[in-house]
Amino acid sequence: MKTHLNTLYITTQGAYLGRQGEAVVVRCGKQTLGHLPLHNLAGIVCFGRVGCSPALLGACAEKGVAVSLLTERGRFLASVRGFTSGNVLLRRAQYKIADDPGVVLDVSRRIVMAKVANSRSVLLRTARDCDADDPRGAPLDSAAGRLGASIHELRQADAVNKVRGLEGEAATHYFGAFDALLSPVPDRDAFRFVRRSRRPPLDPINALISFLYTLLLHDARSACESVGLDPAVGFLHADRPGKPSLALDLIEEVRAFLADRLAFSLINRRQVAAGGFVVRDNGAVEMDDGTRKVVLAAYQQRKRDTITHPVLDEATTVGMLLHLQAALMARWIRGDIDAYPPFLWKG
Amino acid sequence: MFSEDNLLPISALQHLLYCDRQCALIHVERLWAENRFTAEGGILHRRAHSGKSDTRPAGRSARGLPVRSLTLGLFGVADVVRYEKGADAPIVPVEYKRGRPKKNDCDRVQLCAQALCLEEMHGRDLPFGEIFYGKTKRRVRVEFTPDLRRTTIDATARLHDLVRSGRTPPADPGPKCDRCSLRELCLPRLGGRVARKAYSFDREIDALLASPSFPGETSS
Repeated sequence: MKTHLNTLYITTQGAYLGRQGEAVVVRCGKQTLGHLPLHNLAGIVCFGRVGCSPALLGACAEKGVAVSLLTERGRFLASVRGFTSGNVLLRRAQYKIADDPGVVLDVSRRIVMAKVANSRSVLLRTARDCDADDPRGAPLDSAAGRLGASIHELRQADAVNKVRGLEGEAATHYFGAFDALLSPVPDRDAFRFVRRSRRPPLDPINALISFLYTLLLHDARSACESVGLDPAVGFLHADRPGKPSLALDLIEEVRAFLADRLAFSLINRRQVAAGGFVVRDNGAVEMDDGTRKVVLAAYQQRKRDTITHPVLDEATTVGMLLHLQAALMARWIRGDIDAYPPFLWKG
Repeated sequence: MFSEDNLLPISALQHLLYCDRQCALIHVERLWAENRFTAEGGILHRRAHSGKSDTRPAGRSARGLPVRSLTLGLFGVADVVRYEKGADAPIVPVEYKRGRPKKNDCDRVQLCAQALCLEEMHGRDLPFGEIFYGKTKRRVRVEFTPDLRRTTIDATARLHDLVRSGRTPPADPGPKCDRCSLRELCLPRLGGRVARKAYSFDREIDALLASPSFPGETSS
């Protein structure tokens, strides 16, 4: 059964991963840090100065364990994979429909509608928990209202660029109310969110969500690969060499549900604190090692939570979500179903 | 006659007899997922294939022997083939299975396919073979009857048709789906649910926008 498997994240600088039989051995200097059976792993993500033996890379390629290399701060550098998996007929079908403007418009519209609906649900979930005199209620409600209107406009959109434009507007409204998702924690001022900044993140919340998006992207790439789709050929995201467009398409519908909510609950539950972020000379904000480890552990934990998949109507885990969406995407491209159903979170 | 490039693996016959869609997912879509059963089977076969061939007074046993048939268009690896001593002594393919004897024909068909390959390669008839079941630790003798041969040849023809068509047939959901390692890639119940129009994205979005579970909302 394709179940939710663990991802091994290695953040210890100078660590070296080797193979011993059917297991990964993690060493640092002369110390052995751990032993993990390969068949329990969906992927290995190495941050910064982490080495892997050729024997391990070979074993991972053979078993379909994706190995990704990231910078110490989590920027994607490379991944090591075996033979292109999957069906050449599926890939041909994927390329063909990705060239069909009508299909691209339809699937992009659905993906963005789901993205906006899920962002709206995140805002409303917090709004519902606010008391009548809580000043955060009004901005959350009004932004949610704007997002509702965006969904109606998206339904009428007759060109992909229109969809992308509406997506941008909706994102502005969503991030405009983002700061109100924060509870009145003690170091609230250190966690003020003003606007989305990515290159580099200019505040702790941006640093947090950017890092979580990187983790999502790794998982989405693996999900595309494991169902036999080409992660580089997407619909909403235009092709560009080196850009994992389909993986980026897939994470749009789950960003708010999986990453944004996790970022805020980490702060609201005081699992991360302002002191765990480093501000560089130019204002760029980075997490320190401890914070990064807390985020990775929380993300892994979150993936174990169970949910009922709204389309399949079956119990599954949060960690399987991207795999199931990728499988649905492949089933749609192969003609099993007449439209791709993006994930809708029912708050 | 098939060319060497167009041979299909004998193991695909088992997938076909289990479920047409599973067979297409593996051999057309090229998908694979391990579960406990497939992993255990894999380890058992690696062991069965890794041993050296041995010679005993009764004859020779070849392990992990590659076999193929250009007439049927099949190739595979026989776990063990016993060459018994004597001029007309039989050649006996032996297959190792982790479980217990099954109700359907799939293990016998697989063994028979190996036998048909060996018959073509040796130019002589094989009367019977054996299957060793791990759970019961029993050897079961399988006669290659005209019926079993017919079933095997028919299944092989159907396999070639399926792979040539490049199409994945719709699922026929049943209890077997729960034991299938490809469940999450197949999504067996999806076809039925969509056909019944039980799921509509537009309706779900509308329901979400009108959701009474969000009393805080002011406008939309």
